[in-house]
Amino acid sequence: MYRYDEFDAAFVRNRVAQFRNQVDRRLDGSLTEDEFKPLRLMNGLYLQLHAYMLRVAIPYGTLDSAKMRQLAYIAERWDKGYGHFTTRQNIQYNWPKLPDIADMLEALADVGMHAIQTSGNTVRNVTADHFAGAAEDEIADPRPYAELLRQWSTDHPEFQFLGRKFKIAITGSDNDRAVTGAHDIGLRIVRNDAGEIGFTVLVGGGLGRTPMVGKVIREFVSVGDLLPYVEAILSAYNSYGRRDNKYKARIKITVHEEGLDTFRDKVEERFAEIRPQFTGVDQEVLSAIETHFASPKWRDAPVDAFDATYGTDPVFRSWADTNLSAHRAPGYAIVSISLKAHGATPGDASADQMRVMADLAERFGHDELRISHEQNVILPHVHKSDLPLVHTILKAHGLATANIGLASDIIACPGMDYCALATARSIPVAQDIATRLDALKIEHEVGALKIKISGCINACGHHHVGHIGILGLDRAGVENYQITLGGDGTETTEIGTRTGPGFAYDEIVPAVERIILAYLDLRDSEDETFLEAYRRVGMAPFKNALYGDSLKGSQARAA
Amino acid sequence: MSRRFTPKVVTANDLLLGDVIYLTEQDTWTRDHSKAELIEDEAHADIRLLFASQQAGAVVGAYLADAKPGPKGPEPVHFREAFRARGPSNYAHGKQVDARA
Repeated sequence: MYRYDEFDAAFVRNRVAQFRNQVDRRLDGSLTEDEFKPLRLMNGLYLQLHAYMLRVAIPYGTLDSAKMRQLAYIAERWDKGYGHFTTRQNIQYNWPKLPDIADMLEALADVGMHAIQTSGNTVRNVTADHFAGAAEDEIADPRPYAELLRQWSTDHPEFQFLGRKFKIAITGSDNDRAVTGAHDIGLRIVRNDAGEIGFTVLVGGGLGRTPMVGKVIREFVSVGDLLPYVEAILSAYNSYGRRDNKYKARIKITVHEEGLDTFRDKVEERFAEIRPQFTGVDQEVLSAIETHFASPKWRDAPVDAFDATYGTDPVFRSWADTNLSAHRAPGYAIVSISLKAHGATPGDASADQMRVMADLAERFGHDELRISHEQNVILPHVHKSDLPLVHTILKAHGLATANIGLASDIIACPGMDYCALATARSIPVAQDIATRLDALKIEHEVGALKIKISGCINACGHHHVGHIGILGLDRAGVENYQITLGGDGTETTEIGTRTGPGFAYDEIVPAVERIILAYLDLRDSEDETFLEAYRRVGMAPFKNALYGDSLKGSQARAA
Repeated sequence: MSRRFTPKVVTANDLLLGDVIYLTEQDTWTRDHSKAELIEDEAHADIRLLFASQQAGAVVGAYLADAKPGPKGPEPVHFREAFRARGPSNYAHGKQVDARA
């Protein structure tokens, strides 16, 4: 876990003091809203539908118990006793009051956290594989590089006024759990033929109104070249990216319009210019950062308690089968705590639940927690012998839902229940789908299935890369939901294909049910996942299940 | 031919709390949609919006929202405005709580 040095601490405190002053000047009338708005956005403060919203960065999704407890404290002290974990490894408070914000930021600074660059046309919170440092399949821990990028991008004078926001994701494993193919820059740690660690760099991925899969701009960038190469990409984008049209301003459009090769030439040209300026200070900083991410001292203990409970307790077994992942240390497991209890709001945790998770991390998890882009919380290092007790405690606090990776483990953006940009609700759709699946008791039979819901075209709910994606729109003053199938957010990134006309609010849950039942009918075995089945049979059978005969005569319904 | 003017209310967010507010006939702000001034004349709507926009020390982002007359006062037309008037659907937070109090 990275600890702030004196510079970080002073920088963050200074920003809090500046913002406190800015709020005061807004309240006494010295600043107009037009003047104040960019200042508040630089500090993560939005004005949403019903209230202000404070978005706090959880860099690369990593927390310890002290940070998690502070998030709980902030939720209780200044909000409504809960927080919402987002698809960008942030936490959002939905009900803060403007005069309290500086105090909230001060409380964050107390534990080495901030809300800087969680908005605006800057480099946003760098996201990473939520199993980083723990996964069995990991080549290297991506977090030191993510932290290096965080330090480099924070308040970087050249990149405070980009054409548009800029998102970087990094994974340390071939199994991409960080959706690197759908980011402005995606970094995949690889080894070259000489066995050296480096990065395959993708550029120009993104979802939103023009979804695009990131393209490999360089197969291998060495560790020493990482920062200058990323800076060269940002610099080329900053120079050549469009500023005439907000919807054409992301780097994906730059890459698309210029062509990958032309854009690569510009990046390489810039890289050649700036590389000599990186004389090794960045590598010294990186070395210092790496010491913060040293592996915990693993415990060598028998796992009999796990085996015994697994053999006798079917509830534990079910949870262990879905919510545990392979850890690189013998005797350990990665625990995914589902924030998707059936019928609950995806990604929400109460202050009490946050404290329970913090306690578990401290007692059983080497004091580490992670937030996943799938809106769940991870205990990355738990010895298997402790799992029966961990499960019992989770169960007592509504945190033991055994559905990780299953159909009710739904990503949903806040949608029109909170977001000022949304065109339709997404949370109640997710709640109703999960409730229905629970009533049908079929999700374990269905197996791996990712449903992702966005309440507008900006796609915060990643619907384009959902196996089943749902997009809520406003069609002539009525909520309408389009479905896409076959999306994939892993290393084989794919954008889903639209099924056809959209569905009304009260039709969308039955529609999703029909898709799932159709899959159960047509899969060639229990081992064939939804995505595999879709890739084998294509859209037609699902279209038939969705629309039946009605499609033939009712093109008028087309949204 | 220009589109026929449809009735409006002036709405905004409160500067301090951020919650949804509506302009009344008495030049005050209310949290209750049904107590808002229903504006049926386009020129008057412009004047009222201008009046609201000048209250920069109290409100943020004033705009005209479609509304229609109802038995208890103006009612929202679009579902977005209905959500703004009511609060989120996943928790009894915001206006739904205020309405019960």
